[in-house]
Amino acid sequence: MSGFAKPLKIALGLAVIAGLIIVPMNFNRYGLFILSQWAVMSIAAMGLNLTLGYAGQVSLAQGAFVGIGAYAAAIMTTHGWPLPAAIVVAIALSFAVGWVLGYPALRVQHHYLAFVTLAFSTLAFLVFRNESWLTGGIYGISNIPRPHFFGIATSKPLPFYYVCLGSLAIVSVAVWWLIRSPWGRAFMALRENPLRAQSLGIDTRRYTLMAFAIGSALGGVAGALYAPLTQYIDPVPFNLSLSLDLLMMVIVGGAGFFLGPFLGAMIAVLLPEWLRFTEGYYLMIYAVAVMGLLIWSPTGILGILDRYMAERRTKAASALRAVAKSRLETAQ
Amino acid sequence: MSNLFDLLVAGLATGAIYALVAVGFTLLWQTSQTINFAQGEFVMLPAFLMLAAMHAGAPFWLAIILGILLSMLLLGLAFKMLLVDPMMRHGVLPLAIATMALAIGLKEAVKQFFSAEASPFPSIVPTGDISILGHAVSLQSISVLVVAILAVFGLTALLNRTSLGHQMQAAAQNPTVARIIGVPVERMILLTFLINAFLVALASLLITPIYLAKFSSGEVLGQAAFIAAIVGGFNQVRGAIAGGLLIGVLDNLAAAYVSTQYRAAVPMIFLIAVILFRPQGLLGRAEERTV
Repeated sequence: MSGFAKPLKIALGLAVIAGLIIVPMNFNRYGLFILSQWAVMSIAAMGLNLTLGYAGQVSLAQGAFVGIGAYAAAIMTTHGWPLPAAIVVAIALSFAVGWVLGYPALRVQHHYLAFVTLAFSTLAFLVFRNESWLTGGIYGISNIPRPHFFGIATSKPLPFYYVCLGSLAIVSVAVWWLIRSPWGRAFMALRENPLRAQSLGIDTRRYTLMAFAIGSALGGVAGALYAPLTQYIDPVPFNLSLSLDLLMMVIVGGAGFFLGPFLGAMIAVLLPEWLRFTEGYYLMIYAVAVMGLLIWSPTGILGILDRYMAERRTKAASALRAVAKSRLETAQ
Repeated sequence: MSNLFDLLVAGLATGAIYALVAVGFTLLWQTSQTINFAQGEFVMLPAFLMLAAMHAGAPFWLAIILGILLSMLLLGLAFKMLLVDPMMRHGVLPLAIATMALAIGLKEAVKQFFSAEASPFPSIVPTGDISILGHAVSLQSISVLVVAILAVFGLTALLNRTSLGHQMQAAAQNPTVARIIGVPVERMILLTFLINAFLVALASLLITPIYLAKFSSGEVLGQAAFIAAIVGGFNQVRGAIAGGLLIGVLDNLAAAYVSTQYRAAVPMIFLIAVILFRPQGLLGRAEERTV
């Protein structure tokens, strides 16, 4: 991405942000719901990108953490607690559970780790479904209130969209800061070469657990926003396929790229909606599109851009070399 | 006591089907590092191919043959050439994600082109009970068990007793050396994909009369086979067989003795325990960690 000049990049970013604020103002209810969903899923995918893309730990349980956050928020807000308090609890709960789930990651790696998280995901779903004294069982929890901020009610779709967008902005800034901090570098060291990271004195145990816990906590944040967004939750949306969808978002967008989750969530949430006109075929087309994309570029959408930029840089560099060489020759 | 016997028979019958699916799963992993998340959908599809053949007027036996051949063509050859081959060199994860997308695509295609409702499927054996040791056992359970065991034994014999099987094992264990000593590695990999397609078609034929043909029926089955493969040992055919039978029995016993609500939890907890204390699986070999 460093091929763009910096001011151009900033201008582009500002234009996108302004667009996200202004354009939806005359969207209908459904359009706003879908966009809010995109923001929420981006947060969850960003958490998984941290765990998978930066720290290299495969997790098939991000959907379960979205569920944990959603239930925490649903239970608390229906009992009269404010949403921010519920978000704090959702973060703390997902962080703690994520930390514990990270322990298997210390013993096993790669696909085995994926399997442990897959089993956890199924267990979490069973708890959501069966502990009806807490979660309402298959009937779920309805009438989840939307919050008031500074006296402004966000029960209408547009204000709540801004709540989701604002949360996405806060999380993005936090993640941006995190991956540029020494922690982020330690995560990447963990991904690239755990053994070398350890020899350099990085406490790989602690950072592996941290990568899991922080990624899971972001899943919890997403869940805590999902509950008031839909205003009704039951166990079904938090089954294994949500975890798989989130994983797909991260890979399709480009794992290990900061902007990957935004694009991945866009493909997963918005593309099926755009394809609605094809009626029964839209999910089929979506599936074929994902497979085609991955065959073309296994590193996701941003992988294509990254390769293109790298090529341009090499070309520019070799052009510079050629110029320098000819200058040297004329000087002789 | 008689209850336990019935549960064991029913568990072994489901377990035998899990084993068939799990064996194919481990074969793909061994030869091409493919984690096939669409394996459950691979079992779902052949039943619909057979139903489609019957709707077109073919008798049941011809529909079975056509279904198996079409499965081998689509889920074996086409799956390998169109999806696995272009992605194999890019590592495990992108290919696994692509198979997830494939699973969505297969489900949606069946829903769209066939039906969203469950369709009945004829059984290859007559329904009824026979008496074993004084217990009435359904003929269907027994035949499922027998066919699955025959298939698994046939496969094990192929792998361990024939030159072709040895070549397949060599191609899986060390492709480079296998290539040097003249094993046609590419052809062997293709063969494992065809065998997998045959096994899932067989599993489809056995399980669909019991659970009906439905576009979403692969989800549960795929996950069970997946767990069976890991529990038994991801890199061993006999491990997958043992894992399949074990998960089938465990699942049935858990439903009866633990709770129907948490029956699905028992194999999961078992899975976590196996991974934590014996990550190579109950019968697997430890994989060397590359630094």
